[in-house]
Amino acid sequence: MLNKQELSEIILKMVPEATFPEGTQLTEVIVPAENILALAEGLKNNKETAFDYMISLTAVDFTTNMTVVYHLDSTQFRHMIVLKVVLNDRENPLVDSVSSVWATAEFHEREVFDLFGIRFNNHPNLKRLFLEDDYGFPLRKDFRDEINIIER
Amino acid sequence: MSEEIIKDVIVRESEDYIINMGPQHPSTHGVLRFEVCLKGETVKYLIPHIGYIHRGIEKMCEADTYQQIIHLTDRMDYLSAHINNEAVCMVVEEAMQVEVPERVKYIRTILDELNRIASHQLWWCAFGMDLGALTAFFYGLRDREHILDIFEESFGSRLLHSFNTPGGLMHDVHPNFQKRTKEFITYFRKKLPEYDQLLTGNIIFQERVKGVGYMSREKAIAYGVTGPSGRGSNLACDIRKIAPYGAYDKVQFDEILMTEGDTFARYQVRMGEMLESMKIIEQLVDNIPEGDFTAKMKPIIKLPAGEYFKRVETARGELAVYVVSDGNKTPYRMKFRSPNFSNLFVMNELAAGGKIADLVAISGSLDLVIPDIDR
Amino acid sequence: MSSKIYDFSTLTGSIDAALNSWMSPGLAVLSEMVIIGLLFLTFYALLGLFLVYLERKVCAVIQNRVGPNRVGKWGLLQTIADLIKLLMKELIPIRKADHLLFLIAPFIVIIASFMAMGAVPFAKGLHVLDFNIGVFYVMAVSSLGVVGILIAGWSSNSKYSLIGAMRSGAQIVSYELSVGLSLMAIVVFSGTMSLSGIIESQADGWWIFKGHIPAFVAFIVFLIASTAEINRGPFDLAEAESELTAGFHTEYSGIKFAFFFLAEYINMFIVAALGATVFLGGWMPFHIGNWEGFNQVMDYIPSIVWFFAKTFFIIYVIMWFKWTFPRLRIDQLLTLEWKFLLPISMVNILLIAFLVMMHWHF
Repeated sequence: MLNKQELSEIILKMVPEATFPEGTQLTEVIVPAENILALAEGLKNNKETAFDYMISLTAVDFTTNMTVVYHLDSTQFRHMIVLKVVLNDRENPLVDSVSSVWATAEFHEREVFDLFGIRFNNHPNLKRLFLEDDYGFPLRKDFRDEINIIER
Repeated sequence: MSEEIIKDVIVRESEDYIINMGPQHPSTHGVLRFEVCLKGETVKYLIPHIGYIHRGIEKMCEADTYQQIIHLTDRMDYLSAHINNEAVCMVVEEAMQVEVPERVKYIRTILDELNRIASHQLWWCAFGMDLGALTAFFYGLRDREHILDIFEESFGSRLLHSFNTPGGLMHDVHPNFQKRTKEFITYFRKKLPEYDQLLTGNIIFQERVKGVGYMSREKAIAYGVTGPSGRGSNLACDIRKIAPYGAYDKVQFDEILMTEGDTFARYQVRMGEMLESMKIIEQLVDNIPEGDFTAKMKPIIKLPAGEYFKRVETARGELAVYVVSDGNKTPYRMKFRSPNFSNLFVMNELAAGGKIADLVAISGSLDLVIPDIDR
Repeated sequence: MSSKIYDFSTLTGSIDAALNSWMSPGLAVLSEMVIIGLLFLTFYALLGLFLVYLERKVCAVIQNRVGPNRVGKWGLLQTIADLIKLLMKELIPIRKADHLLFLIAPFIVIIASFMAMGAVPFAKGLHVLDFNIGVFYVMAVSSLGVVGILIAGWSSNSKYSLIGAMRSGAQIVSYELSVGLSLMAIVVFSGTMSLSGIIESQADGWWIFKGHIPAFVAFIVFLIASTAEINRGPFDLAEAESELTAGFHTEYSGIKFAFFFLAEYINMFIVAALGATVFLGGWMPFHIGNWEGFNQVMDYIPSIVWFFAKTFFIIYVIMWFKWTFPRLRIDQLLTLEWKFLLPISMVNILLIAFLVMMHWHF
């Protein structure tokens, strides 16, 4: 089990541009979009980190940007890490798929695509998961449901 | 959206015999659709289609206060409603840095385990039904009634109790609670062997489940399969052990692990977990400390700005709650990592190459609750 | 000894004589056919309803329930209420179904079971037809039902139905062999294929007792194989509800569905009646060697009671199977037949032929 200090050293070796916000509940890393796949592979295959289990992959719409959040766990060491990718292009957000690293990511990415409209490069089957093809992206903050107008 | 992205990646051969299992089908236990491609009786591949009861709980949470959100979480995995409630409560308590009374922790843990037993009982009923053993259904439901009666007496509702509230419980448990819980444990200790007599030892049953739907440990990790399904593949993924919450650090219990990884292993894990749950309840039920049933909370809960994450072990696996707060009384973003969502998508890997009947057995052994997948 | 048993042929004979004295022989035969037809229709319907009721009560007992108890005394009228409901239901037309075959299928199934019933000896002298190849006839006619099931699955234009029908076809064709061979065992013992002949040969003891172990093995094989042949649990793959919703009759509704439902129960009765006749002595009372007193008491019980008691015993066993066992998988089903039951029955029949040749049986 590695602490935040040790994890950040390993990650900085892989991605020097990574930043580590302070005062967070879990260890968080903000990485540029182009590095995420490399970092994911590195974290999974590194013997010391061994982040082999993806708990969840989700996104948050901060109105100024889209943030994709990866929660990772290691079944061997049981340490956790949160990866974040900030996508400034809200209209056409694009990030590399990590489904080649964790199989479960394929479906979490489909869910994120469905609800946020974030597209994933090299995703094997990027289709909407829950909703109709012409439905908007409901978890975006600017989403307006034209049919059921219940403003709260 | 460009056309190439939306189009189906699996090129279908013209002679494929595709049947739709669901959305209304007896073995999918809810509105789930498997698009199954068959060759004779053999499953070539299957594609799960979900979203039939997508209610947008995560979106609704963004407009609700934390007390209201509790009631939405019931409707995700309705068979472990209490545990879902607890996850939200704990994330709020952790963010507010509220120390909940010991009494609350004990009662919550007992209720968690009762909920887990009830859930596993219903799973056992339904699993028997899936395999064609119709009598199993009635045996399981008969015993589940006793737990639901305990719930009804204390919370007034049987399935979706919403009994937890940030900081503690809605009100104190009924004075009969301890007595009836103990009565149930003695009753169920006698009844659990009946389950084995009826189903586990049956030769047809064993033939149907042994060696069917093998899931390796690596596959379970890759697909994020947790809970009893993961533990059937020797994946130690019990959050109660990894990060104890409630009163789990005060009790002795074993994490049931099986190495076979087949449907029978997943079956045995759940059967074993019912026993372990009874062990946990027995250790706690006599020692519930006196005290308040809730910590002092402000009527309007505003989480400090920041991000919070909490994991609990529901009857089906790991439920993670991820909250992004901007300091308002409603969360900015609320994400539920539901166990069934991850568990569902391993289906294709397990069922491809088997028979239709195996598909039914495998989906039964994963114990899917569809509202939890769709949310 | 057997003269004490009431012979129904005196009753039927007197009716025949009376009819012949009233009208010409041709007309008499015609009116007899009408009377028997009406009697059978009534019996068939009542039996079907009663068996459905019985199944509900039996499964309720096994499942710690009460079962039907609201309509009529002990819920006896429940099945009649259900029948009325089924009669009033809409017959849903299926688009792109083969309408003619879709319509015919339930009738084929029900006719097959109806014809098989004709050869069942209900009591001493109470026979419609006493063929000298009775066993063969029942086997032949009852397996016609599979044609109806196949047609139903094919014509429904539904994938579930088709899978169900194909399963059913594979299953019935396979298990027919074991049923035939296990019945053949007793035919070898008794030296006749006539059902009344087989019963007469059991006057001094039922075949299951006096046929040594081979007869008992044949009985067990018969029970298993015939349960499979009538598509009942644990062999109900053709309508495996958790896999195929309802199998071959998924698309049927109303009275056409009721026909399938009824035929299933009547087939169960026929199979049980055949088993009771061939292995358990049919209407023959239970006799023990030279216990004259005991045997005489047994003779006072009417033969029709003996027949129905034995039949319903087998029906109960078949129901018991259904409500306690999980369903088999299709490959396990065929493995059971081709790798276990069929070799066992073949060896068994050789053994019996040897026993009979050496005159080692009683």
